Amino acid sequence: MTAALQVEGLNRAFGALPVTRDVNLTLERGARRALIGPNGAGKTTLVNLITGVLKPQSGRVVLDGNDITGTSQAERARRGLARTFQINQLFRGLTVIENLCMTIGERDGHCNNMWRSAGSRRLVIDEALDHLDSLRLTDDALKLVRELPYGRQRLVEIAIALAQKPRVLLLDEPAAGVPSSESHLILDVVAALDPDIAVLIIEHDMDVVFRFAKEITVLVQGAVFTQGTPNEIMNNEQVRAVYLGQESHRGGRQGMHHG
Amino acid sequence: MPHFAIVAVSILFDGLAYAMFLFITSVGLSVTMGLMGFVNLAHGAFAMAGGYLVVTLTRTLGFGFVPSLVIAAIVVGAVSVVFERLLYRRLYKSTDLEQVLLTIGLAFMAIATATYFYGPIPKSVPLPDWLQGDVNLGFRYFPSYRAFLIVLGTALIAVLWYGFERTNIGAKIRAAVDNRRMAESVGINVDRLFTLTFAVGSGLAALGGGLAIQLLGLSPSFAVLYLVLFLIVVAVGGLGSLKGTLLAALVLGIFDTAGKYLFADAGGFFIYAVTVAVLLVKPAGFYGRE
Amino acid sequence: MGASETMTPAAREPTRERAANYLLERHRFGWAEALPWLIAIAAFFVFPDRMTFGSQVLVMVMFALSLDLILGYAGIVTLGHAAFFGVGAYTVGLAAARLQWTEPISGLFAAAIAAGIVGFISGWFLLRYRGLTLLMLTLATAILLQETGNLRSDISGGYDGLPGLTFKPLLGIFDYDLYGHTYYLYALAALAVVFFFVRRVVYSPFGQALTGIRENVRRMHAIGSPVHWRLVTVYTIAAAIAGVAGALFTQTNAYVTLTVFDFDNSAKVMVMLILGGTGRLYGAFVGAAVYMVLEDYFSKLSPTFWQFGIGLVLVLTVLFAPRGLLGLFEKVGEYFTGRKHS
Repeated sequence: MTAALQVEGLNRAFGALPVTRDVNLTLERGARRALIGPNGAGKTTLVNLITGVLKPQSGRVVLDGNDITGTSQAERARRGLARTFQINQLFRGLTVIENLCMTIGERDGHCNNMWRSAGSRRLVIDEALDHLDSLRLTDDALKLVRELPYGRQRLVEIAIALAQKPRVLLLDEPAAGVPSSESHLILDVVAALDPDIAVLIIEHDMDVVFRFAKEITVLVQGAVFTQGTPNEIMNNEQVRAVYLGQESHRGGRQGMHHG
Repeated sequence: MPHFAIVAVSILFDGLAYAMFLFITSVGLSVTMGLMGFVNLAHGAFAMAGGYLVVTLTRTLGFGFVPSLVIAAIVVGAVSVVFERLLYRRLYKSTDLEQVLLTIGLAFMAIATATYFYGPIPKSVPLPDWLQGDVNLGFRYFPSYRAFLIVLGTALIAVLWYGFERTNIGAKIRAAVDNRRMAESVGINVDRLFTLTFAVGSGLAALGGGLAIQLLGLSPSFAVLYLVLFLIVVAVGGLGSLKGTLLAALVLGIFDTAGKYLFADAGGFFIYAVTVAVLLVKPAGFYGRE
Repeated sequence: MGASETMTPAAREPTRERAANYLLERHRFGWAEALPWLIAIAAFFVFPDRMTFGSQVLVMVMFALSLDLILGYAGIVTLGHAAFFGVGAYTVGLAAARLQWTEPISGLFAAAIAAGIVGFISGWFLLRYRGLTLLMLTLATAILLQETGNLRSDISGGYDGLPGLTFKPLLGIFDYDLYGHTYYLYALAALAVVFFFVRRVVYSPFGQALTGIRENVRRMHAIGSPVHWRLVTVYTIAAAIAGVAGALFTQTNAYVTLTVFDFDNSAKVMVMLILGGTGRLYGAFVGAAVYMVLEDYFSKLSPTFWQFGIGLVLVLTVLFAPRGLLGLFEKVGEYFTGRKHS
């Protein structure tokens, strides 16, 4: 069966500095893969290459069997590739529901319509509210995004990605910057994602990684260091040395991950 | 000498003089925009102010032309610091549009003030003898004033180049233009650097304004009329680049002169056509970043 | 908001209804929207001898409205909007002077099409750029058009222009009169039609997408929005409307010169819009009217004083009223009603 996302031999350098070196990665349908690595390993750069924000110098990106290496960022999004940013990229001056309606409108081509009032598209509004419901954001629907606490803004960021009805979802440190009192909101959402979506999550927090991931890719200095199941990675001495270091993850590793 | 060669040399000579003026006046704008990203459309007003100061110094106070240029440059440079500290500073984080509007507003106020004190009619300055008349370069006579412009421009380029490329401060400026945050994190006081660059740039603009009186004529509308040109030079050359400003000044200055020589009425065309051509291919200008 | 928030479907309904209503309500006509039109009609009766001036105000309102689409809604800053005004003005002028085509209403359509085409082509090329590059490219476009006109001054009349144009009576019945009454109502009608169209666009899903592009273009790319096409579309529409404004200008003045392409014109309309407030449609009305009235009064008193004044107003607006006069009204309104608007 064709993989949802396939990355082959991706290479990218900034001037003389290689930031992505011959990366191969496969996401099957329903994948739950974590991308980990030390700071500066090039994780976000890899996501930028996959989503089309950056162009690779060599290599291919294949989505559902289609080569999308030459396509634009927007085109990839339209084909079912969604992402969240490490720092929220929201429409801060608009209400939460408008953020969602905008996303759905662009997805379904509503935004090509110049004549009918945006408010009259009942279907879009209903779907937007459904998404908000599933993320427990309904009460915030009419609030301006910039008035929400950061944790809830992060939820909106994820809501937007989900509203794109993606086949492949790339989450860039979804819990980053969220106060620990609110981080469970994010984690619950990530845990409850549609099993059909292939998900790649960049994460630093090992608890999150082990709770969520079925597979882990370790990126070091732009190249894939090793890949494997959480157990394999945990027991890999080299990974410990390079990345986990002295720091043991919080006692009582939650060995059970989602299967 | 064959006719076309004479025309070519004339174009080159006049074009070069014009280019020197463009460079001197625009280089400050390029560096300040590259350094702080601040769109200062009042730059033309600083040039105009310099010009009018020279007029007053020479005609009312009896100073010589060259000393007046120096005084005007220093005075305007100093006054610009006041503007920077009191007003511009508040808008460093604002949008481009707001900076454009504020500085255009200042330019309008400056133009109105100049009209009030000096009237709308173009002014002239009394030139010393050695700047009047022609100088004999062997095969042709050239206006001394333009020769002076070329010599002065070259000298200034040399001084600026040395300052930019060889001194500590120049290195700091280049670093800050390249990556401000990194420069700040290694301890460079970018704010003070900017004030210095701004002062020097405005002083140079004033010098350019003083030089323009004889070359192009000085009236209050100078501030906005020639602003367009300075912006074009900066955009085509690339923000924050000395080399770029020079190259752009040369290309645009010579093309514009050639256009006016060869096509009289249609002459104005060229400078804008060249601008569009360059920017479409290199949107950041000759030596701009990214 | 940490505890589990499982709401029953019944409990969720009110929020849903509220949200849906909120979005629907916003686009209905508010009673305050009638105000500018009532004022415009009232002016017809209260100042019957200032109607030629009144037409010029309406022309500038339309021009500023077209700029609001680009600047206020899509967030694109340009310095060459006068290019489209000029194309529209000269379409009508040339048609009348060289082709003897003097029917006014068809002239408006022709101007819209001509300016729209120029807008489409220039937008398609230029809207890939931003910042200083875009400012310079749009400025250069306007100047190049002006210079082209100057090149063939035998056709265009150069800077002396095309004077003494005459136009056929509107709809075959209403003729031009010395006091400009007919033309004022004609301009007002044209403005109403254009405004109705612009208002629909702005409140449509497309208009919403424009706001998205202005607020966060990175996000728009990431959700699959064809950003460049959206921008080219709105740029074309705005150009067409600016063209209609230019056409009205020629018709109401019976005269057009190359100065319509001046940078001064582009700057003036931007000042008007900023003064009134961008992204609000009615900012164009307020800004253009206030500017024109002040200019008319002060520049007769002393042009120098006027220039100084407008410069000062600009500086003060940027420093203290960045959202324009309408923004100030809103703030005052909030203060009294205690409600916050987005």
